[in-house]
Amino acid sequence: MATTTEVTPRGETGHTSPSPRRGGAGMRAVREGRAAWTLALPFCLLFLVFTAWPVLQSLFMSFTDTKSRDLRSPFSVNVVGFDNFTKAFADPVFRKAALNTAYFVLIGMPLTLGIALAAAVALDKGITRFRSAFRLGFYLPVITSIVAVAVVWRFLLQQDFGLINTVLGWVGIPGPNWLGDPNWAMPGLILMASWRNFGTAMIIFLAGLQGVPWVLHEAAAIDGAGAWQRFRHITLPMLRPTMLFVSVTTSIGYLQFFEEPFVMTSGGPLNSTISMSMYTYKQFGFGNYGYAASMSYIIFVVIAIVAAIQFRLLRDNT
Amino acid sequence: MSAHTRGRWWLYALLTVMLVAVVAPFAWMVLGSFKTQGELLQNPPTWWPQTATLDNYTQLFSRLNFKQYFFNSTVVAVAVTAGNLLFCSMLGYALAMLSFKGKKALFGVVMATLMIPGVVTFVPLFVLVANIGLIDSLPGLILPFLVTPFGVFLMRQFFLGLPRDLLDAGRVDGAGELRIFTRIFLPLAGPALATLGILTFLGSWNNFLWPLVVAQQEQHYTLPVALALYSTGQNSTQYGLLLAGATVVVVPVLLVFLVFQRRFIEGIATTGIK
Repeated sequence: MATTTEVTPRGETGHTSPSPRRGGAGMRAVREGRAAWTLALPFCLLFLVFTAWPVLQSLFMSFTDTKSRDLRSPFSVNVVGFDNFTKAFADPVFRKAALNTAYFVLIGMPLTLGIALAAAVALDKGITRFRSAFRLGFYLPVITSIVAVAVVWRFLLQQDFGLINTVLGWVGIPGPNWLGDPNWAMPGLILMASWRNFGTAMIIFLAGLQGVPWVLHEAAAIDGAGAWQRFRHITLPMLRPTMLFVSVTTSIGYLQFFEEPFVMTSGGPLNSTISMSMYTYKQFGFGNYGYAASMSYIIFVVIAIVAAIQFRLLRDNT
Repeated sequence: MSAHTRGRWWLYALLTVMLVAVVAPFAWMVLGSFKTQGELLQNPPTWWPQTATLDNYTQLFSRLNFKQYFFNSTVVAVAVTAGNLLFCSMLGYALAMLSFKGKKALFGVVMATLMIPGVVTFVPLFVLVANIGLIDSLPGLILPFLVTPFGVFLMRQFFLGLPRDLLDAGRVDGAGELRIFTRIFLPLAGPALATLGILTFLGSWNNFLWPLVVAQQEQHYTLPVALALYSTGQNSTQYGLLLAGATVVVVPVLLVFLVFQRRFIEGIATTGIK
């Protein structure tokens, strides 16, 4: 900043440069640079204070025993090395939370993407009328507050007067006590998450399907390929890049699974729905800031690893 | 051809069943918000309210202070949206159109943080906001979200698609650099600003974890916080009130969405971020 303010007045009077043309170009570069940094400055200040600094401090904090009582002087704490991390891996509740999160991602993500793909394929080429109405309807849950969704689904999943068990009852299936039974609470949350999130993936699949040339389908149909064969051998391979994108973004979201158990089950019954994010939040609530920061970095590393694996799987095998 | 038509019939049936499954909970929520407690506990559940009542809403707004939460949510969402539109378009333009020292490094750092989940910055951000005395205040809900890496990325990509000739034309006409940005490029960025604006507004309106922690006195609650605490607290069995609360949280964004849906869905499809 100091150099730009010095150069400008001299440049204006033309003393710095012997050639007026060069001086003009240099002047313009200086003016452009100054304008650019003026435009960048507000963002940079806010970004440094509220994003960059917390990221670094979180990393530092994860190696300390920071407690809530150290709030006023975050650096007057003990550096404990990797203690928090070893503690987390030995912590039975954190292990349970990690298993639950894996359960949520491994069952929830394929279910969400499966529904999304079915809807997208049906909407893409199969039908012409009401297409935008369907698209709009399927997208509604995505834009609504997860808290409101969770409140509504707590009723839908009620054992006695819930809508879902009522519908199951019509076909003679006695519905479970979804949120009260440790075996059924997670399936209930997965059902809800798939309902809420498939719209996002569907929209992106729809965009990807537009890149699948219809001639390939026609040619295959002439050769006698059925609808399923065409889907299997033309649509799916062509959708690979879209699939990669959608599965990476969905798994990043699902690995941070938090609001659903917070509002619907508080992690229960018997910790059957506690997630890594939720346990992190709980430790934060207990005032164990250092421990919570370490767990947040564990989640981050898991997310990075999962994303890297998916890139490997879906990109290399083409 | 005939096989094609038969296939379509099935597709319509499948899609309609899915649509009913998707929309039914919303319909049930809105209809349920007009029911009495007794009716909500009936087995089998009713669909249309037998005795429609506005009691839940009047209680919500008079006794439970939802007016205040609605106001807070609106102020926070509008401020956060305005900040993102302004600051992200400024930096996005600079990164796309101007050359300056440190440009590559700046872009790299901002993009790197796109991948860091919110939970990582959560604890130190709380400590920071507490240290500057903004816990339990609306600025504490707004400031950390005024800029997002995603917004910069979106605006930069959009500005890259505009012709650079406009920049030179403005310079030849003797306009200053900032004037060129505000008078020539910003007005052209309408579509990108609309997409970013809608995404940011919805994100802020539905944001939950941060307001849950920062808003400690009930006069600073946003709608999702109020609803979550109410539904997990001792009042959690007043079902009509809960459904009315959920309706109040959802309906404003539904309206925003219905007005801007085409732009919004295009934004999702092209950027691929929720």
